[in-house]
Amino acid sequence: MKDTSTGGNAAFVEFEHVQKSYDGETLVVKDLNLSIAKGEFLTMLGPSGSGKTTCLMMLAGFETATHGEIKLDGRPINNIPPHKRGIGMVFQNYALFPHMTVAENLAFPLEVRNIGKSDREEKVKRALDMVQMGAFGGRRPAQLSGGQQQRIALARALVFEPELVLMDEPLGALDKQLREHMQFEITRLAHNLGITTVYVTHDQTEALTMSDNVAVFDDGRIQQLAPPDVLYEEPANSFVAQFIGENNTLLGTVKEIKGDVAVVQLDDGELIDCKPVNVSKPGERTRVSIRPERVEFNKARLQQGAHTLKAEVLEFIYMGDIFRTRLRVAGNEEFVVKTRNAPDQVRLQPGQEIEIGWLPQDCRALDA
Amino acid sequence: MSDTTQNGPMRAADGTPLKKSLARALRRQKLRALALIAPLLIFVLVTFIAPIADMLFRSVQNDIVADTLPRTVVALKDWDSTSGESPGEEVFSALAVDFQAAAEQKIHTKLGSRLNYENPGISSLFRKTGRGAEDIGDAFMDQFVDANAAWKDSETWAGLMGSDEWLAEQAEWVAAKAEGVKEPKFRLRDGIADALPRTSSTYATFARDTQSGTKSLVKTKPWPVFFVALAQDLATASPEVIASVSGDGAALLQEAAATAAGFEPFDYKAAFTDIDKGWDNVGNWITVQSYSARYTPGYFLNAVDLEKSPDGIQARPEQQQIYIKLFVRTMWMSMLITGCCLLLGYPVAWILANLRASTANVLMILVLLPFWTSLLVRTSAWKVLLQQQGVINDILVWLGLVDDGNRLVMINNQFGTIVAMTHILLPFMILPLYSVMKTVPPAYLRAAKSLGATPWTAFWRVYFPQSVPGIGAGSILCFILAIGYYITPELVGGTQGVFISNRIAFHISSSLNWGLAAALGTILLGAVLLLYYVYDKIVGIDNVKLG
Repeated sequence: MKDTSTGGNAAFVEFEHVQKSYDGETLVVKDLNLSIAKGEFLTMLGPSGSGKTTCLMMLAGFETATHGEIKLDGRPINNIPPHKRGIGMVFQNYALFPHMTVAENLAFPLEVRNIGKSDREEKVKRALDMVQMGAFGGRRPAQLSGGQQQRIALARALVFEPELVLMDEPLGALDKQLREHMQFEITRLAHNLGITTVYVTHDQTEALTMSDNVAVFDDGRIQQLAPPDVLYEEPANSFVAQFIGENNTLLGTVKEIKGDVAVVQLDDGELIDCKPVNVSKPGERTRVSIRPERVEFNKARLQQGAHTLKAEVLEFIYMGDIFRTRLRVAGNEEFVVKTRNAPDQVRLQPGQEIEIGWLPQDCRALDA
Repeated sequence: MSDTTQNGPMRAADGTPLKKSLARALRRQKLRALALIAPLLIFVLVTFIAPIADMLFRSVQNDIVADTLPRTVVALKDWDSTSGESPGEEVFSALAVDFQAAAEQKIHTKLGSRLNYENPGISSLFRKTGRGAEDIGDAFMDQFVDANAAWKDSETWAGLMGSDEWLAEQAEWVAAKAEGVKEPKFRLRDGIADALPRTSSTYATFARDTQSGTKSLVKTKPWPVFFVALAQDLATASPEVIASVSGDGAALLQEAAATAAGFEPFDYKAAFTDIDKGWDNVGNWITVQSYSARYTPGYFLNAVDLEKSPDGIQARPEQQQIYIKLFVRTMWMSMLITGCCLLLGYPVAWILANLRASTANVLMILVLLPFWTSLLVRTSAWKVLLQQQGVINDILVWLGLVDDGNRLVMINNQFGTIVAMTHILLPFMILPLYSVMKTVPPAYLRAAKSLGATPWTAFWRVYFPQSVPGIGAGSILCFILAIGYYITPELVGGTQGVFISNRIAFHISSSLNWGLAAALGTILLGAVLLLYYVYDKIVGIDNVKLG
């Protein structure tokens, strides 16, 4: 393999200028460029209709790209039918074959590859043990719970040892607790086996907790491709900022830009310091974004000379581990502050007048 | 209180057993459900199940022989059919009375046609005998009447045979002349049955038959056979016994005894063989004896090309064997038609199930279109297409593929039936297939392909097994419809392409052998139920889904 010399960063899966249209009038996927390294866990995250599932289906071979090229391990695969691509796939509703037992389901990909019976049984057993379902080989899928079916679907996608596994919202049908448990298990398996994983979801928590990299899709384009922490803390545009996690936004106009600090005049006239991200010159409209947990109202913790804003407490919600306080700031009544439930933490009362502030680097001036 | 520590049945809060309590709670629901289905249930029972059951019952019912020839049937019990000789005088005397009664009611021809199914030709014997039997005993009657003209009168006979009480009631009835009131039921005189056994029993039959209508005993002409019976009775009875007979006719009887003393003995057998030689034929008597029981397997034997004979059950002559052949033909052609429907329908159902809803709906209308066209029109269209001067032959000749003198025979044979019926039954295959395929998510095929299966393997190992319930439902539907199909084979089948149902229809409407039609129908029903059972054992009836 020619890519081994360049290490783990070599592209295992590549999308080059891929476009997809179903009706010949609108593009569902617009000029997609994406490369995924070997062993990487990449999540495609986005609202429904953003093109993420279409991308996955093109990679799996069930949809053909209208334009552009998809490469797997350096080979273009546009013209390779799905069954020759050797890509494992976990479907949204598992797609376990109802007329076969669990063991037969797992043996299916091995059978069609003409693997001998003893070898086959050995692999099926190993795969079942891998997902802790060793005792269920003789059952039918309908006799299993949702979580168990999920494990079997996972085992079936892995049993023929593919180098690339695709997962299409595999946890969507599970309840919250089970979902969190499976998130952990899928990540563990993927890393232990060293397989490359492309995971599609619309659940941002899932995306953040599981992935090495997250590609945020909207309107047929990747809005940002970054590791989860970067995505959360440094959203590249206001769509990503809004879509990932909770976010406070304030509208304003750029007053001046000095190095990596921009002074923004909010619509009610107050000035704040921000980090310029999508703004380049004074006079531009901007949407300023601050994470609720980075807002500070304890003056002692603020930097010298930091700009502060007046705020009125509207609501205080006790959520156990955190407090959530809703404020009116610069005319925005949905401004939220999250504070940790620590022994010395102040519990704000509705009607209270306070002053809030933040570090300039936590406050990002994005596109309006 | 924990349930597990309780002994005995679970109890509801008020102490009644939980099961009872639950049953009471559900009873209302059950009654309401029953009330909802009751109208249809009653309708089906009255208009469908009951008539069908009655019809099927005809396949074993055989009352007609015992009802028409009651005495003969009893007398014939002792006759040994293997003796090679026709029955004796006793049977013929019974036959004379039975025939007299039957000819009076004109039911002997019906019996003739019934027995004709089993023994072709016997009906003419019955018809002929019906005309002659009324005259048996005429000579004796004339002699008695010559001796005393009173014997001619029905009153004389009534007075001799009837009991005194009955005669009094009868006289009252005649005097009253009330409209709509029937004549009092005839009762025999005390002691007459011992004195004149043959005469009294014959007269009793006469009285029963006459009174079952609206005729009066005193106004109905006496049967000639009375005089034969009377002569025989008088010849055997002692004078004391005859003297013991009371009533108005006693004197007349004494006189007759003297008259009859000079008569020659009467030979019933000779009388019947004079009318028709057939009565000396052992074969005819075997038929009557074999079919004298009230229930008979005869129709069923007939329906499977067997017949009863003195040596037991044996196959019919070769040229009369048609039903087994027809049953077999009906089965294999129905299977072939079902197979053709499956081959043609499966891809169509697949396309329908995998197209966009709007396109699928348009195609579905095309599938359903034949349902909106009359069956006769569709079948006739095939006649137009398939006949030798038809569209298809014309095109083939025009293309030069077939020589003009050598046009293909595609109708009035099995080919025609198979083509037309496959076309007609196709929707019944497509619809269940479609509705089952609709429920198989396309993700299964994708999953199979992603696991490395070629499109064919994915279809065969993953999709096909899941469409089996639809195949089962469609095949059962098509097969059962085909096996009982009638109109299409009748119109395009010729002689080689007709089904058993055409034969059933023939017996119902043309030959009027309803018993055989019922037996054929019962066998057909049994065969379908048997196939259903076999299907259940092999495929499992749970594996049948209509959607």
